[in-house]
Parts: sequence; C-alpha cells; structure tokens
Amino acid sequence: MENLEYKIIVGLEIHVQLLTKSKMFCSCAISFGERANSRVCPVCVGMPGSLPVMNKKAVELSALAGMALNCKIAKFTKWDRKSYYYPDLPKNYQISQYDLPLAAAGFIEIPLENGQTKTIRITRAHLEEDAGKNLHTTGNFSQVDLNRAGTPLLEIVTEPDLSSAAEVRSLAVELQRIVRYLGVSEADMQKGHMRFEPNVNLHITKDGKEYKTPIAEIKNLNSFRAIERSVDYEVQRQLDEFSRTGITMETGNKTTRGWDDDAGKTVLQREKEEANDYRYFPDPDLVPVEFTDSWLAEIRAGLCEMPIKRQLRFVNEYDLSDYDAGVLTAERTTADFFEEAVKSGGQSKRVCNLLTQVGLKMANEANCSAAELGITAENLAKLAKMADGGQISATAAKTIMEKMTQTADEPKVIAEQLNLIQKNDTAELEVIVEKILAENAKAVEDVKSGGKKSKAAKGFLLGQVMQKTKGRANPKVVAEILERKL
Amino acid sequence: MDCNCKKLRDDIAAGRIKSAEAVEAVFDTIEKNDSKIGSYISTFKEQAIANSKQLDEKISTGKSAGILAGTPIAIKDNMCTTFGATSCASKMLENFHAPYNATVVEKLISAGAIIIGKTNMDEFAMGSSTENSALLKTVNPWNTQCVPGGSSGGSAAAVAAGMCSAALGSDTGGSIRQPASFCGVVGLKPTYGRVSRFGLVAFGSSLDQIGPITQNVTDAALMMNVIAGHDPADSTSVDEKTAPVCDCLEKIDEPIGNLKIAVVPQFNTGADGDVQKAINEAIEVYKKMGAEIVEIDMPHLEYSVAVYYIVATAEASGNLARYDGVHYGHRAEDIENYIDVYCKSRAAGFGKEVKRRIMLGTYALSSGYYDAYYLKALKVRNLIRGDFLRAFEKCDCVLIPTCPTTAFKFGEKMDDPLKMYLSDVYTIAANLAGVPAISIPCGFDGNDLPIGLQLMAPAFGEDKLLRIARMFESKTDWHKRRPPII
Repeated sequence: MENLEYKIIVGLEIHVQLLTKSKMFCSCAISFGERANSRVCPVCVGMPGSLPVMNKKAVELSALAGMALNCKIAKFTKWDRKSYYYPDLPKNYQISQYDLPLAAAGFIEIPLENGQTKTIRITRAHLEEDAGKNLHTTGNFSQVDLNRAGTPLLEIVTEPDLSSAAEVRSLAVELQRIVRYLGVSEADMQKGHMRFEPNVNLHITKDGKEYKTPIAEIKNLNSFRAIERSVDYEVQRQLDEFSRTGITMETGNKTTRGWDDDAGKTVLQREKEEANDYRYFPDPDLVPVEFTDSWLAEIRAGLCEMPIKRQLRFVNEYDLSDYDAGVLTAERTTADFFEEAVKSGGQSKRVCNLLTQVGLKMANEANCSAAELGITAENLAKLAKMADGGQISATAAKTIMEKMTQTADEPKVIAEQLNLIQKNDTAELEVIVEKILAENAKAVEDVKSGGKKSKAAKGFLLGQVMQKTKGRANPKVVAEILERKL
Repeated sequence: MDCNCKKLRDDIAAGRIKSAEAVEAVFDTIEKNDSKIGSYISTFKEQAIANSKQLDEKISTGKSAGILAGTPIAIKDNMCTTFGATSCASKMLENFHAPYNATVVEKLISAGAIIIGKTNMDEFAMGSSTENSALLKTVNPWNTQCVPGGSSGGSAAAVAAGMCSAALGSDTGGSIRQPASFCGVVGLKPTYGRVSRFGLVAFGSSLDQIGPITQNVTDAALMMNVIAGHDPADSTSVDEKTAPVCDCLEKIDEPIGNLKIAVVPQFNTGADGDVQKAINEAIEVYKKMGAEIVEIDMPHLEYSVAVYYIVATAEASGNLARYDGVHYGHRAEDIENYIDVYCKSRAAGFGKEVKRRIMLGTYALSSGYYDAYYLKALKVRNLIRGDFLRAFEKCDCVLIPTCPTTAFKFGEKMDDPLKMYLSDVYTIAANLAGVPAISIPCGFDGNDLPIGLQLMAPAFGEDKLLRIARMFESKTDWHKRRPPII
C-alpha cells in the first residue's frame, strides 16, 4: 500500500440514558433485565387513544447536561414526531426534537495523552424517547420487547473535531465522568446507558490534492474499547479502500456500518442513497417547553466544577499525582468527601492514601461510594492526623478505618480499644531495646561487623522490638534508639 | 317516554321513574328501530340494565346518584371503553378491546350515566356522511334515503330517534355539528382543550374535541358540566387556573342582555335557498329579543377547507401509523417479511378515504413540500384565529349556517371527495381557531329535512354560548319535532 498523508475526521452522536425514575412520557418505571413487556402501559406501547405527558425531571437533567457542556439552552423548545416504520417503535414515530433542540452550540474539554486538553465543539443536544427491542430468538418469527420503549435519551451531537481513535475514547470517558458527576445518567456502558456512533472519514493528501473519503457511521458502540478499536479499524479500511478504488465523498455514498467485536471489523449495514425522509412535524399532543429564568437558575444550581478541572486543581492545590487526582475525582461524592476531610485538617496526601487504598476498596465491596461508608469527613481527618503524628502505624490506620464504618466512635477511641496507639515514649522503648540487644548478641555483632549482614541484622533487631511491643512501638523511634545504641 | 336527559335524570333522582325502566324502554326503541337506522355498532344491554338496577338501589336508599343519575348515554365508537370493542368503524380496530376507559367515559360513569352502546361513525372519524364506516350503514331518521351526516352520524341518529338520552361525538372539522344539523338535534363542539382527549382515538390531534349531541340545549349544558375540565393525562387540556370550568347549567335560562351577534354575509349567501331563509328567520328571532346584529368580514375563512385538509391529514398520517399489523390492528396473512406485514395489513385494514387522507398527509409532510404545504397551512391557521379574535371584539358570537345544505342522499358525494369536503366549509373554521361552536335546529327545508344554525363564541365561553343558543330555543319549537320513523 502506498504511503498516504491523511487526517482523521470524526464526529460523534451519543445517546445518554437519563437517570429518571419513570419513562419520558408515562409513569412506567425505568427497568433493565425485567421480563419482556412487563414495564409497559398504554402510553409507551402507543395504544389507540393514549397521550404522552412530559417527564419534567428528564427535561431538567437534559438542560443540566447542556449547561455542563457549555451549550446555550433554548428559551423555547418543542417536541417533534420523527416518522419511520420499525417493529420496535410502537407508534411508528419517535417523539424527538428537530429544529429547536433543547441545547446547542457548546463544547467539551477532553484530556489528551500528552497531558494537554482539547476543545471539541458540541453541535446540539436534544431529548427523545428510546425504542423497544426486537428479539430474534427462535423460529420463523421475531418478538418485540417494549420495556425500553419510552426511556428518556439525551442525544448529543459533536462537530467533527476529533482526529484520532484515542481522542474519541477520551471524549467518551470524559462525558461519562461528567454525566455521572451531575447525576444526569448512571452511564453504565454494559447496560447500554451510553451508546456511541462515530462518523468517520479521512482527508487524504495525494499529489498535492486533497481527497475526502465517504463518511461511515459506526452504529451502537457500547464499550470504550469498541469505540477505540472500531475507529482505528475504520481508518485503515478507508485508507485501503481509497488506495484500491480512489472512491471519495463525491463518488461514493455515506454508509452505515456495524462493529463485529469478535472479528474486530466494521461490517457494512446500509448504504444511504439519500437522506431518510422522517417527515418531522411538531407533536400536537404535547405543549412546547418554555424555560423561565427562574427555572433555568434552579437547574443551574445543580452544576458543579467539571471533573477535568477538578482533577487539575487537585494536582496543584493538594500536591497529588495526576493518577491519584483522577481516581479521587472520578466520582463527585468521593472528591467532595476528600475535600471536606482536608478542610477538617487532614493532610491531603494522607487523606488521599486512606481513601484510595482503603476507602475505595471497601466502597467497591459494599457497592456504594466512599462517602457512603458511614465515616464522617471529620473523623477521617482525625484518623489522618493520628497517622501523620505517628500515634498509629499505617497498618493500624487501615484497621481503624475499617472499624470506623461500623461505629460512630472517634478514631482515637477505636485505636485505644484495639490497643493500636504506638509507643512513642523513648525512655520506655530504650529499656526494651536494651533487653533485646542483650538477648541477641550475635545479631549485635553482625551489625557492628558491617557489610551485607549488618543491614539484615538491624532489621532483625527492629523486628524483635516490634514483636515485643506487639507492633505498637513507633518503628521510627525504635530505629533511632537502635542507631544510637549500636 | 320522553327520554331527554335533564328531565329524565330529574325524574329518576326524584324516584318518579326507575333508571332500569328508562334503560329498558330505550332498548325497546333500539330493538324496534335500530335495524332500520343502524346507529349502534355495539350495545351493552345486560350490563346497562344491571348498572341501572344498582343505581336504582342507591337512589332508593337516599344516596346521591350523580348528576346524570341513571340516564342512558351513547358513545361514539372512537372513545376507549374497557367493555366492548373500540372499533373506530374500521376493520383495522374491529377487535380492539382497550384496557382503559377514556377520561370522558370515566366522568360519565362517575356522574351516574348508564352507557348503553357505541355508535357508528365514518372510519377513524374521516368523513361527513358516515358512509365511510367499514362496519355498518347508518341512515337519517328523517329520511332513510339520506345520510345522517358524519362523522358522528351514529350518535346524531341515535339521539334524533330517541335511542338514547344523549350521546358523545367527536368533532375535528364539524363531525358533531354537521350530523346534529342533518338529524335535527343539538351538537356542541367545545373549546379545544376544554374536554380531555385521553382515550379518544386520535384523528387530527390539534383539532379533535369531544362534545355532546343532545335533544336540546339544556341537555348539552348538563353534559358539558360532566365532561369538561382539566385532565393531567392530556397535556393539551387546559388547566383550571388558565380557564376555570364554568357551570353551564346554572344560568342556562337567563337571556344575555345587550347581546351582539355577528353575521358573515359571504357565508350565508353560499348556502342553499332554504338554508339561507331559515338562517335569516333565525336572525329575526334574535332581533325580536333585542339582539343587535352586526355584519363582519372574516377574510381568511375561505381558506379553511384548504388549511384543514393539510393540517388534519398531516396529523392523521402520524396518528394512524401505529396501525401496522405489528402491534395493533388487522394483520394480513401470507407475509414474507416485516415490510410485507405493514403494506399488506394496511392495504387490507384501511378503507379508501382513510388511505386517501394518509397519503395526503404524508405528502404534505415530505421533505421539500413541508414548507409549501404544512408550514404555510399553519400560518394561514393563525390568520384564521386572528379573524375570530377580531370578530369577538365586536360581538358575543358569530352566527352562520352549520352546513350549506341539508342531509344529502347516499352515494351523492362519495365519488367526489372534494364535494364531500366542502360540506364542512362552515364548521371547519371553529376547529382551526379552537373556539366553541354549537349547532341547533332552526327549521326544515322543502323535503322536511332539518336545518342547523351555528353559533360560535370566544374560547372557553361555552356557558355564554349555550345561553345564547337557549335564547333561540326558548322562542322556537324546531327542537321539539321528532322524525317520522318514531
């Protein structure tokens, strides 16, 4: 294959399932994995005579997401019917938003591998209802499960500002973090809460001329890995196709492709001769939505510092590594909890260690967030201070923190109960050290002889002291005494 | 037995007549006459008698039985009921049994009404003669060679022939008023948003409105008191704060002082001679009562039919998309694939007129035509609204004929859809503007066929409109005439 110079152009369409209790236009509960057609009512199955009633919460979550994506929120927005026939769409039209999307003209900042950030423009974000699912199980027929029909979805469309598979992945990860931060979506990829559709093509320079390959839309990607792999694959496929056929946007059609994860390939699904005619028109069953200033202000109050900014601030303000800052800011409640503990006097690195090494592990096991473990930020700060001041060992801190999830007692009380307060009393420890030295003449000799054996023997003596004190001696103090005596 | 609503309910409530007797008497009339008239697609004799007996018991123990206390009421077959089918007079929904009652049905039942049956109509309410019913032929009780009008032809014929105390119809472009006019009864189309559409199988959602068809104006007022009001299940129903529901019955017999009635000369002159004459006589009746008559120009009303057949068909093309043989409706045999299910089921399940309107609406919404047709129609609709707003600055109501003709013969207009559409020329404007309009009997033509007088009032002015209609009724006895068939 010839060596071509090219640019990768990717825009994304993203569907985010909103975190509402009920569906977009009826009161059915949002469900996952329930028995087929057990979460339906006359409205979401489109029964004759039924009418939709808007879920206000879904509109508020969408506006909040729009604000977080720096979009302009429309003062006046409305509902449109998008008509197409498909068995998973009970009314044969989808209630969506056409020419007046709820949010438009925003941007998102994504982190790049080189530590910098890139701004990707958001074209629009609009609210719509999800379709059901066609099931092709057995026999000469298909079935339709409408449990998902009517679930609120926020469709976000970006400008084609992404120029590598890694960037596409980075945007996906960042968006997940944002919507989780705001409580807009659970954003569980495995449950299909976020579905990505990259539109990919290449601008190829050959003999001083630029050629644009036909756009391929890859449908329904629901893992970060699939997103990255499918875009990488598509780039190679388009390069190869161009080399072989010279086909361009002008001579070829836009295609829709599926991702075969096992084969690691995109597969042609449909070639679009022309744009579908969805016959959009305003839904006469619903009234337009008008955002008043006070309503917008109420929604805006739900905004917070975005994770990417917060992570950077954590690095600078708390002197944390980028990795640790990333872990702490992955969830909003964890980051809040961390900052509260620091504000209560905990040393930032110590609090960070306690949270990342102990807290998050426990939270993971308990299937909750670190802030929900039952430990107050004040007590966490106190624990950090004790560890810092040498009153307890690092191991003891872990034990105490585990205990703190079960009792409201202060860490000091727990440490005393469990006999975990370190012995810092030099005089007392000196007596013990003398005794150990007397009992271990051989080791003392080894230390004094210097060389390789010396270090091991020091460690042995320290260990003996710790054993004698049942681990409660401050190892730092013991080491000092040993140094002095030998 | 005089089965008019108000009198009957007073008699039942006072214990002079038992509800069961009234219901049985109505069924006797139905059994005697409906084989000739064809009002009912389905009747519920056993259930109705059982319900009326229960009600009688309630009344005998001194309990309140509701403001419709045991009166037999008919419902157009496009309103959902948990009992019987809701067919819309279509093969498509012949076997559709709704799992819920329309809001109006619930309201009737809680007001003590006994629902005795569901009436014939043009398929999916599309038509002006009830000839488009796929299930049944309804004739005009005044002359069985003539159509009853439509689309609520079954309801109007049933009321005229004494086969119920009152009936509900639905009116998208005149479907209550025109058959009321043809059958010599009262028909009221309320303000858009005054009566819940929940459970009404949609035709043109921004135009559809449920209303009463009754033997007299007082009964229409009584029925309005039962069915009017906000419904949270219908987003387009108007809330109590914006437009409080008035008691229509309270002052029904109080004439309105300083009454100003507007006439639109261009409309009267377009009607048949007999109709013109009757309307002019009606104007004289109002003059004698001291009303001031003003002439007004409503320049955009001549575009009503054109606008209507774009807006209504566009909405219908969406509303009827769900009848696809997958979820609802007739499913064709001999299917190759899912596209086949759609095409064959819809080809066989819908009648000619329904298909014509779906095609018209689909065309009007298609890309490239939307602006020229649908968008333009919406603009003209606004101008028509403006005509009414300006008119109501100068008058309390507008008086025009309900129809340019009296009932026509079967088959007369079936081959010429445009001619059929023009029979709604006077009624459509009220739907486009959303204002309330009533048709009341005002005379007979040379063939002894009833003529209807139409009064239109400002939005949410039903109480006043009914009083103005009652003023005419109190000075005339056209409404007391009964068709020869009974």
